[in-house]
Amino acid sequence: MTVETKLPYDKEYIEQFSQKRQEPEWMKQLRLQAMEQAKNLPMPEPDKTKITKWNFTQFNHDFGTGEAVSLKELPAEIKDYFDQEQLPENLLIQRNQSVAFASLSEDLKAKGVIFTDIFTALKEHENLVKRYYMKDAVSVDEHRLTALHAALMNGGVFVYVPKNVEVEVPLQVMFWNENPEIAYFNHVLVVADENSSLTYVENYISHNDDEAVANIVTEVIAHNNAKISFGAVDNFAKGTTTYINRRGIAYRDATVDWALGQMNDGNTISENITNLLGDNSNSFAKTVTVGRGKQTQNITAKIVNWGKNSEGNILQHGVMKDQATNIFNGIGRIEHGASGANAQQTSRVLMLSERARGDANPILLIEEDDVMAGHAASVGRVDPLQLYYLMSRGITKAEAERLIIHGFLEPVVSQLPIESVKKQLTQVIERKVY
Amino acid sequence: MAGSTLEIKDLHVSIEDKEILKGVNLTIKGGEFHAIMGPNGTGKSTLASAIMGHPKYEVTQGSILLDGEDVLEMEVDERARAGLFLAMQYPSEISGVTTSDFLRSSINARRGEGNEIPLMKFIKEMDNTLDFLDIDKNMAQRYLNEGFSGGEKKRNEILQLMLMKPEIAILDEIDSGLDIDALKVVSKGINKMRNENFGCLIITHYQRLLNYVTPDYVHVMMQGKVVKSGGPELAKRLEDEGYEWLRDELGIEIVEDEETAEQNA
Ligand SMILES: Nc1ncnc2c1ncn2[C@@H]1O[C@H](COP(=O)(O)OP(=O)(O)OP(=O)(O)O)[C@@H](O)[C@H]1O
Ligand SMILES: [Mg+2]
Repeated sequence: MTVETKLPYDKEYIEQFSQKRQEPEWMKQLRLQAMEQAKNLPMPEPDKTKITKWNFTQFNHDFGTGEAVSLKELPAEIKDYFDQEQLPENLLIQRNQSVAFASLSEDLKAKGVIFTDIFTALKEHENLVKRYYMKDAVSVDEHRLTALHAALMNGGVFVYVPKNVEVEVPLQVMFWNENPEIAYFNHVLVVADENSSLTYVENYISHNDDEAVANIVTEVIAHNNAKISFGAVDNFAKGTTTYINRRGIAYRDATVDWALGQMNDGNTISENITNLLGDNSNSFAKTVTVGRGKQTQNITAKIVNWGKNSEGNILQHGVMKDQATNIFNGIGRIEHGASGANAQQTSRVLMLSERARGDANPILLIEEDDVMAGHAASVGRVDPLQLYYLMSRGITKAEAERLIIHGFLEPVVSQLPIESVKKQLTQVIERKVY
Repeated sequence: MAGSTLEIKDLHVSIEDKEILKGVNLTIKGGEFHAIMGPNGTGKSTLASAIMGHPKYEVTQGSILLDGEDVLEMEVDERARAGLFLAMQYPSEISGVTTSDFLRSSINARRGEGNEIPLMKFIKEMDNTLDFLDIDKNMAQRYLNEGFSGGEKKRNEILQLMLMKPEIAILDEIDSGLDIDALKVVSKGINKMRNENFGCLIITHYQRLLNYVTPDYVHVMMQGKVVKSGGPELAKRLEDEGYEWLRDELGIEIVEDEETAEQNA
């Protein structure tokens, strides 16, 4: 279906939007060109989920500001995401589309670490942004949604860690959307230069159930021997239709690890692809989700081994209740020449309701002989013998189920590097399951 | 008389419509240690499972009472809270749930809401018991039984027994797969529990466990029934002579499978 689609925003609007933000010329051109491309590009076609009726193209787009806040006056639901005893040193809060709070430790500043919102980055670190923005990881013209994203990007964060710098304290970002009538076109760009390392954790929160659209692109780039741990808790409200694309690149000896708590309540297309370009590069992509109500989710994790001895691991665990539908696509791909590569994956779905639907599609595509690969997939119910064992110690059935479900989602919870975020994810799981 | 009393009367149990227990009678009182021995497949684990309420086993006749209360009317968790404990022959593995969290939930389930064990007290009790049973402290932070060796699983069952302090415990082949040191440690744990308020039913194939944990009574089960009861000397005789003499004495035929048995009957 490549009929030309009428999009709600035109050239003039985009020019004005870009000018108002005082963006560099190349950015404006990128947006304009992307808008043209969006008209003719097809929609993405996630395996086994029909999205023809999903609304990704009709929305209000603007720049919603949010007042600056001190950490003390935040609402509890936001505050809970960080440790109140010891406020985080490196924290950015984006409220709607503007920055409400930003801090970075003096030490990291002195070392040249950049941790700022995308518009400031375009002004102050233009060349760095230009070098990476929708170039090596995600391309503008992959499909209509990437093009739309490029045309209408209205928020996000830029992270850059220079060579040989190790960021020990996690960088934490809170994307707080109070204003769902404005579409959320967030762009996150994380670059770790050679021999550097960092941990980045983001949280998407919206609490309003009104109809809304989120179109998010995240690019994560680890240069030679760099290590990036990327953690996320997504929690968009029921009315939000989400496209979220998280893409990683790992060069030689680099690591990109993902721990994604995908806890949206609305329909969601999520793709998390990591390209292991360099020899000895590796990635462990872990994701957990809970589906409830009538939501449909299509969650893809894909790792492509290009480098020799590169190693990719995928873990997807999902809990389905009510009439929710969840498709897990786990794709391991080993390219020709990637000798010694290893591609492993596990997808498991736990069904809590007769009417829910869960699918786990493991796919291995292998173009090289001297490699290792394996997959395991299962869709099932809570194991009655596990329940029996727990109950035989006096634990009630409900509590036993709770323990088993939390245990099932633990691989991502335990991976999140910030205690308070861990706790939040646990609470979100609690809320979604009960 | 102290402690609790578990009375099993004329118990018949089926699994998938096949009758396994065919009228078991047994009474265990606080302070008493009973051992059950018997050839493979005669229904020992079935008895244990039926007492605890395993979902696959159906009681078709008879009764189980704990201090006069009808156990068969209780859910599995209620039975545990009433004071029953089963150390399982094959404990489940539960990924993502640490042994320590599980232990605390179990203890608190028994203590009841509002009477939870204080965290520090729990940690202290757990650490002491881990030491007592020679278990690596790291085990408490590992996921429940996941990747545990056979011996570690058994020790973990005894750890739970000691922390939960039930009134009546059934230990199903707690000695199988244990090396000699582990056997001693596990026996030490069981003996530590011995007091007038604690009754225990030990299912085993081997005298070697009973050398460390001396039973007051020994019962032999065959073909779904308790066919002989006696004192510790009975276990010794079985160890020395096997079941042959008993079969002869009781006139039980050795049958290879149930079908022939039914045809013969
Ligand atoms: N799910 C099942 N379906 C059919 N038969 C079963 C099932 N589970 C157990 N049985 C049968 O029930 C009988 C009794 O088994 P049980 O486990 O109680 O024996 P046991 O005395 O504990 O043996 P062992 O000494 O080998 O542990 C056996 O013949 C066994 O094959
Ligand atoms: Mg048995």
